[in-house]
Order: sequence, then C-alpha cells, then structure tokens
Amino acid sequence: MNNIQNVSRRRFLKGSLAAGTFVLGARLVPDLLWANSSSAAPAVFQPDVFLAISSDGTVTIVAHRSEMGCGSRTALPLVVADELDADWSKVVIDQAIGDPKYGEQDTDGSHSVRSFFAQMRQIGATGRVMLIAAAAKQWNVPEKECATEPSFVLHKASGRKLSYGELAPAAAKLAVPKKEDVPLKRRSEWRYIGRDNSLFDLPDIVTGKATYGMDASMPGMVYASIEHPPVLGQKVKSYDDKEALKVGGVKQTLTIPPFKPPHQFQPLGGVAVIADNTWAAFQGRRALKIDWDTSPNSVYNSDQFRKTLESTARQPGKVVRNVGNVDAEFAKGGRIIEAEYYTPHLAHASMEPPVAVAEYRDGKVLAWVPTQNPQAVQETIAGVLGIKKEDVTCHVTLLGGAFGRKSKPDQAAEAALLSKQLGKPVKVVWSREDDIQFDFFHSVAAMYLKAAIGPDGKPTAWLQRTVYPPIGSTFDVNAKYADDEMGLGWNNLPFDIPNHRAENGPADAHVRIGWFRSVANIYHAFAIHSFADELANAATKDPVEYLLDLIGPPRIVPLDYKPDEQEEAKRYPLDTGRLRRVVEMVAEKSGWGKRPSGKGHGFGIAGHRSFLTYVATVVEVEVDGQGRVQIPNVWTAVDSGTVVAPDNVRNQFEGAASFGASLALLSEITVTNGVVDQNNFSDYQLVRMDTAPKHTNVYIVESDAPPAGVGEPGVPPVAPALYNAIHAATGRRIREMPLSRAKLV
Amino acid sequence: MIRFKLNGKETVYDGTPEMPLLWYLRDIVGLKGAKFGCGMSLCGACTVHQDGEAVRSCSVPMKEVNGASITTIEGIFANGLHPVQKAWMEVKVPQCGYCQTGQIMQAIALLNQNHNPSDQDIDVAMSGNLCRCGTYQRVRAAIHKVAKELA
Repeated sequence: MNNIQNVSRRRFLKGSLAAGTFVLGARLVPDLLWANSSSAAPAVFQPDVFLAISSDGTVTIVAHRSEMGCGSRTALPLVVADELDADWSKVVIDQAIGDPKYGEQDTDGSHSVRSFFAQMRQIGATGRVMLIAAAAKQWNVPEKECATEPSFVLHKASGRKLSYGELAPAAAKLAVPKKEDVPLKRRSEWRYIGRDNSLFDLPDIVTGKATYGMDASMPGMVYASIEHPPVLGQKVKSYDDKEALKVGGVKQTLTIPPFKPPHQFQPLGGVAVIADNTWAAFQGRRALKIDWDTSPNSVYNSDQFRKTLESTARQPGKVVRNVGNVDAEFAKGGRIIEAEYYTPHLAHASMEPPVAVAEYRDGKVLAWVPTQNPQAVQETIAGVLGIKKEDVTCHVTLLGGAFGRKSKPDQAAEAALLSKQLGKPVKVVWSREDDIQFDFFHSVAAMYLKAAIGPDGKPTAWLQRTVYPPIGSTFDVNAKYADDEMGLGWNNLPFDIPNHRAENGPADAHVRIGWFRSVANIYHAFAIHSFADELANAATKDPVEYLLDLIGPPRIVPLDYKPDEQEEAKRYPLDTGRLRRVVEMVAEKSGWGKRPSGKGHGFGIAGHRSFLTYVATVVEVEVDGQGRVQIPNVWTAVDSGTVVAPDNVRNQFEGAASFGASLALLSEITVTNGVVDQNNFSDYQLVRMDTAPKHTNVYIVESDAPPAGVGEPGVPPVAPALYNAIHAATGRRIREMPLSRAKLV
Repeated sequence: MIRFKLNGKETVYDGTPEMPLLWYLRDIVGLKGAKFGCGMSLCGACTVHQDGEAVRSCSVPMKEVNGASITTIEGIFANGLHPVQKAWMEVKVPQCGYCQTGQIMQAIALLNQNHNPSDQDIDVAMSGNLCRCGTYQRVRAAIHKVAKELA
C-alpha cells in the first residue's frame, strides 16, 4: 500500500477546503521504517490531510511536529514545498493536533528532519507529478515534455503554462502514482533546501502576534495558580484559604490529588487558587496556608548525595561496553591517570514557563498546550480523568522554548482536572518559581575515569564509569541504571584504544528526572573530553593532535547495536573519518596553535558526536585578575549530513554555545531536605548579553549524507572545551560544573 | 481612577491599583505581545515603554502609570514595521521568539537614546533581557545594523 493517498473527495475537513481542492493524505512513519514501508503498512489506512492545493493556488502543508525554536515547523513543510515546486509565499502551514495518525509526534531527540525528510520529499514530489499529469492531460502532450517552476506547470514547446491552483481540481481526480514513478529532484534542483530561508513565523514573532501557550485563551476561562508540594511525594494534610479568598479576583480554591507512583507526567498534587486573572491567582496563592504531610524524599540533600554518587563511581558497575581487557593492562603497572567529574541538576528554564488551557465538557477535553508531544497530552489527561485518549483534543501552540521540559504535560493535566471540577475552561499558569522548583530536572551525575598511559603518551587502557539517577525513574520507581541513556555518549567512545570498558553504576532518584537538551551527552562529553585534555597535558602533547591520535584512523567503529538500532546503525554508522574532519576543520578555522595559551588567555577543544551529528568546538577564554571569565570566541564545525536550513543551523549552534556556557559557568540546582534551593533567575542563573560567548562562528561541512540532528548536538562540547581553555589559560583544571563553584583566584 | 495613554489611546483603569501593568495588558486588555517570564524584573520578556523608557511591565503597578504614555509592541507595529523589527527579520534573530518582543522594545529604547551604541553600550542596555535560546549575538548584530542604517 502506498503511504500517500489522494483524499480530495473526503469530507473530513469540516468544509475548510473548498470543492476542487487537491488533497494528499500521508501516513507518516519514521524514515528508517519507511524504507520498507509496504511491510509496515497497517490493514486500515486513515490518511489525514497533509498537503492541499486550493484552486486559488494556496498550498496548505501540515506541520505535525512542534515549534519550540529549532525550526522544525518551517523545515519539514519547506521540504514538501521544494519537491512540490511550490511558491513558498503561497504556502500556509497548518499545525496538526495530537493524533496517532500522524505517527510519532514527540518533537525531541533532534530528529524531526532526520526522521521525516524522505517522506516530506516523497509527498511533495507526488503532488508535483500529479499536477504535471493533470496539465499534460489537458494539453494532450506527453508528461515528460512538461516542467515546473514555482507553482506552475509549463509546456516549453508550446509556451503554455497553468498554475497549480488552476490544475488542482483536475489533479484531485487522479490516482496517486507508485513510489517508483515519482522522481525526486536532484540536489542541484532544490530551490529551498540548503538555501537561506526564514522561519515561517518570523513576521508574527517580531510583531508580537505569534501565539504561544501563554497567549491561548477560551471564552469564559478562569485562571489557576497551584501550590505544589515542596518535596516530591508530599500530600496536603490540611489547608487554610481564608486569607487567599479575601484577595480581589480570587474565586475559590481546589485541591489536586497526589500522583500514584510512578509519577510519570501526572500532576504533583497540591492546592489550586482559581481567579479571574493570572495575577489575582498568584496573589491568592501567597496567602494560602498549607500543612504538608511527610515524604521519604525529605531526606534528599544534593551535597550529601554527591558523595554517594562519587563513591558508587569508584566501585565496579554494570559493564555497558567492553573492548580488550582494561584490568590486565592496569595490572601491568606503569603510568596510571585517574580523575573524577561531577555535574549538578539543571532546570530547563524555557522563557515561557509551563502553561495550558483546557476545557472539560461532556466527557471530552479540548486543550491548547505549548507541548513537544501532543499525544502525551492526550494520554496524560485521559489517564488522570479516566477517559479515552481519543476524547482528548490537543491543539499545539508555539512553544516559548522547551528544551525537553515540554515533553512532559503535567500542567495540561492540571488544567483538565480543574476544568472538570469547575465546569468551565481553565488556564493553568506556572510562575517562574514553580518552573524552577518543580521541573523534571536534568540529572546530577558523577563520573570516574582511569587510563594507563603507554610510552608514546597514548592510553593503552581507558576505563570510564558514570552514575546518575536515570530518566527511567520517572516511569519506574525501581529504575536505578541508565540503560536507555548509555547511547548518549557513553557506550560509543570513538577512540582508538585497545582496552576500553564503559560502566554504569546505580543511583536512586529523589526529584523528578527528565530529558534536558542534549541529555546525558552533557556530562558524558564533559568527562570524556576533560579527561582527554588531561591526558594530552600529561603527555605534553598539543590537545588537537592528541585528540586526533585518540580518534585514530578513519574507520567505522564497531558497536553492539540493539535490534531496534540496526537500521539506524546501517544508515548512520559511527564514522571516525567524519569526526576527524570536524576536529581538523575547527582547528583550522580557529587558528589553533597560532596564538599561544597562558597568562589568562587560552583555547580549548572538544569533539563529540551526538544525535548522529559530528561536532567539534574550540572555545577561547580570557580570565582576568579577579577570576572573571569572558568568552570572546567560539568556533564550531558541524557535520550533520544534508542540511535543510543552513542559517537556522548556524542559529541553533550559536544558541547552543550560549546554552552550554550557561551550564558551564553559572547554572545549578541544589536540594536541601528535599526542597529545591533555587527560585528564579536571581539564583538560577543563565548567561546574558554581557556573559554569553561574544562571537560564535559556525562552519557546516558540505555533505550528501542523510540528515542528522541539529537542535541538541551543539551543547555537549561547549563545557569541556571551555574548561580545557581555562586550564590552558590558568593551569586550573575544572572537574565540576558550574564554574561558579570554583574560585579561579 | 487611573488615566493614561495606551498605544496612543486615552485609557481609563479603575481596578486594583497594585495590579502589574503586564497582567492588565495580557488578561484585561488582551494585548499579549509583552510576555510573562519571571515576574521580578529579572528577564525582560515583559518590556514595554513608559514615556519612551523601557520598563518591566511585570513590576510596574497600575497606580504608577497614571498620566503616563505606555507603548507596547502592538503600538510599535501600528505604523508598519519599525526599523528594529526589520533588522530583526533580516538578521533572523529569533529562535523560539518568546523573549523577542521584549528584546525589540529594549533595543528601540536604547537606539532612541543612543544612535550609535558600542558593544559595551549594548551589553549594558540589553543584559536585563534573557534569551534561553541564546540569540544574543544576533540581537547585537541587529542593533548595530539599525544604527548603521540610521546613520
């Protein structure tokens, strides 16, 4: 069965498209499965509109991924428009609701373009072939004599030309051609892919018209602000709302029941203040007096917990990759180097805090949510209300940043629960304090590394252990090992070392743990690339030359892939040639070695592959007499295969340099007796205009390889490259994040 | 009774005088271009102009706008794209875009006072505006672009 169908005659669009509109539906599955899609086709195919061309020439393309600032909502429709050969100025993007018929919709893991590039091309190209067929039929000429230019079919020999709008009614009556009869454009024929283009929403953003979750509303809506239990798992014993109800605009208070473990994306529970505007709800909340029950997580102190993690990291753990025999090599004696690294919890702190609007009516829920994963909104709301997932409609607004936080829709479930109790639409608004205190935090982590050094200064054995509460703890109260996170830069060290073992030790979670931009790659790359730099220094070698030596000759690194990773491994093998190339490129572009480090000025390098993209970063630092650090320059070389939107890629990697600088320099979440110590941007700090890297120079490797990730892979190399630069500048080795914990003078 | 100009229009407010301007704009009037980010003047997402000066509307109570002239991003756009908005589009500053109306309002206030800001002037003026996506380099470039074009 073809994944693409002509659904022009269906009447499922509630009349929003006029008669004569040419409509293609598509069943979307990740590209890796799609290669063998005939076998994956379900018995019942329910395509929805994916591409529609109206008789006025308007081209409507559905965006089934969320827009949180990475450009997916622009990039995928742009690919459709290119293969369709549509005029981009005539394109309207229609944001999909959450629905399994769009396949997987979780906009995470830097995979929107990589998973759907081939299908977007196919959908666009199918439309183009059908429009050509319609024109050829009308002109009574062979199809091969016809060509297209943006939104027109041409017959050059006779000089005739018809617009896509004029052809739409005829194309709507044609059968969809077979996949093999749909030629894709050659790369040289692409008009939009690989060229400079702007975000579709750019004009709305700069004029303040763009609608984020914070801007969503429904008629008759009330506002809610929720006091959550300070410690994970605490319950409301009793509360007094007398003072809260005296606040002007406050209507009432309601309790939200505690979650049932595992917490997953359920609401945390607490007391909600309902008001007729956001500010009144905030004020009412301050006047609440709540007596909380105890929780076993009250024992959690992050400073103490650090010691537990570090001592676990000194013990043997679960082996996740083994090459040769590190123990035999260590037993030989000789030169041994060990180091320990530590990273704290982090909060996502997207500029838009969690927010959602929901209405429960007649057993069904309608929600507007800034979510990375509208189907998770459906599932979570259905779960807490005991209704069917199909009875939850989730509209997706623009997201004011997300970074993984907005894959978890607890606030949407809060809005739905409150709406059911109140009988009217509810907007739940989290304050910044709520956002920072009740996040699904990036995990705290401890790493231990040990190497035996040969006579040439290169390691003959490399042992690495990592220990952190896994993301799995959000879904399974017994999860202690980070099995699913080992691929994030730990079980795939791309170094040419004869004896290597990677291990993972157990850890318990006492706060909610969740995906955070670049995930475990952040601490894994920090440990590995700091250690590589330590070894280069020990060997008195240049760090770039040493890193290239560690990477070794160009080759495909043999790794143990799980059955569900085999397709990906074939398409995206770990290729040290590509890693070498970005390291060499960034060294050249940054003028590596031309200016000596020292006396408060230095350069550092790290090169890390994540989300299937190869990235190498050089950071330049200046450290003044008071120990203040400035970052005049960052250079980043990127090989992410085929690139759809190069300027957006540059923007993502510029932003990643700032994001990486925030966590390297300033940000940390600490916990005392189960309560998060930080509250707002005053104590959870991020880089600003005056502290961010001043110039980030991004270089994209020209590549025909399949597209790889862009949103996340820029972050992991930043912190180790920055710390390596600080070492080069000052001689101080930084082994824990953030830098604000260390006194440089 | 609080009387002020909102985007050039005479306006009267008789609600709680302590209500911050931000929530008046967003929840009462429905002007949503100014964003909520922190509620404590720490992020700049809610920046608007009070008598031409950039202020954090989350921390300006309504009683303080009596007699003032308030301009929001919606008022800036009323006469078509402002040169700063044009530069923002040409430099392609935004990623998620949530903080950008605040950045633009802050940049307009800066450029009104200083037609040719140095990097350090920009640091001083713009460091109150957070961008978690990290578009600072482009914000700086866009401000320089406007200054150059207006020179």
